[in-house]
Amino acid sequence: MTAYRRLDVNEVGDVTVVRFRDHKIIEDVNIQELGQEMFRLVETDGRRSLLLDFSSVDFLSSAALGKLITLDKKMKAHGGVLKLSNIRAEIYEVFAITKLNRLFDIRKDEADALAAF
Amino acid sequence: MPTSHDTWTWQCDQVIPSDAVVGRQLLDDVLRHLESLHWGRHDIFGVHLAVDEALVNAIFHGNAHDETKRVRFACRVSPQRIHVEITDEGPGFDPDSLPDPTTPCRRGCPGGRGVLLMRAFMSRVEFCDHGSRVVLEKERDT
Repeated sequence: MTAYRRLDVNEVGDVTVVRFRDHKIIEDVNIQELGQEMFRLVETDGRRSLLLDFSSVDFLSSAALGKLITLDKKMKAHGGVLKLSNIRAEIYEVFAITKLNRLFDIRKDEADALAAF
Repeated sequence: MPTSHDTWTWQCDQVIPSDAVVGRQLLDDVLRHLESLHWGRHDIFGVHLAVDEALVNAIFHGNAHDETKRVRFACRVSPQRIHVEITDEGPGFDPDSLPDPTTPCRRGCPGGRGVLLMRAFMSRVEFCDHGSRVVLEKERDT
């Protein structure tokens, strides 16, 4: 069983649901590690339906956005589907300002996201 | 611009190494003071994001993460306003030359959003000294 330091990984049917252990995704070392763990889910573990649940995240920097963008590319390259959910209002504003809400499929909550896979 | 009505309740002016951890400890002090003045959650989030992006730019882009180069962090906080100046020792840059990261062709790029976010969340962003000094100001909304 793969151990993850920055992520809590669970399965709901065919969907891998990922929650973040860090409330603030800001420190560069943590973001690098987070990126590696998310990429491993796709490239090593072969997950093809991935939901990122942001319910525990209070803050994230633009460097974290970069990792999400790279994750999205990797998912698409492997024919997978990525969705995001439970994003608090201020963080959603960041996605909207950067127009990344047009890149990512962002859902209100986990139930809504799971139903959309 | 600061007015005679501003009563700065807290100030700091420090020179730090090109170390994001040290910079963020200063930023945490700033945010604690905003909280003590009961600034709203949205405003504090915006200041946190904008100032962090400016610090990262100074350290990683301005100073090229050169440990021999330093960053000056100056901040004044009042019940209604925050004023931050971050200065690096790099060659500067032209912020007007930055590509728009929101266009469809650049949306997939992992970087390049820091200045956009600074401008979105602060009341005023000004680059001085050929881009090696950034002034960030925010008037309290909530």
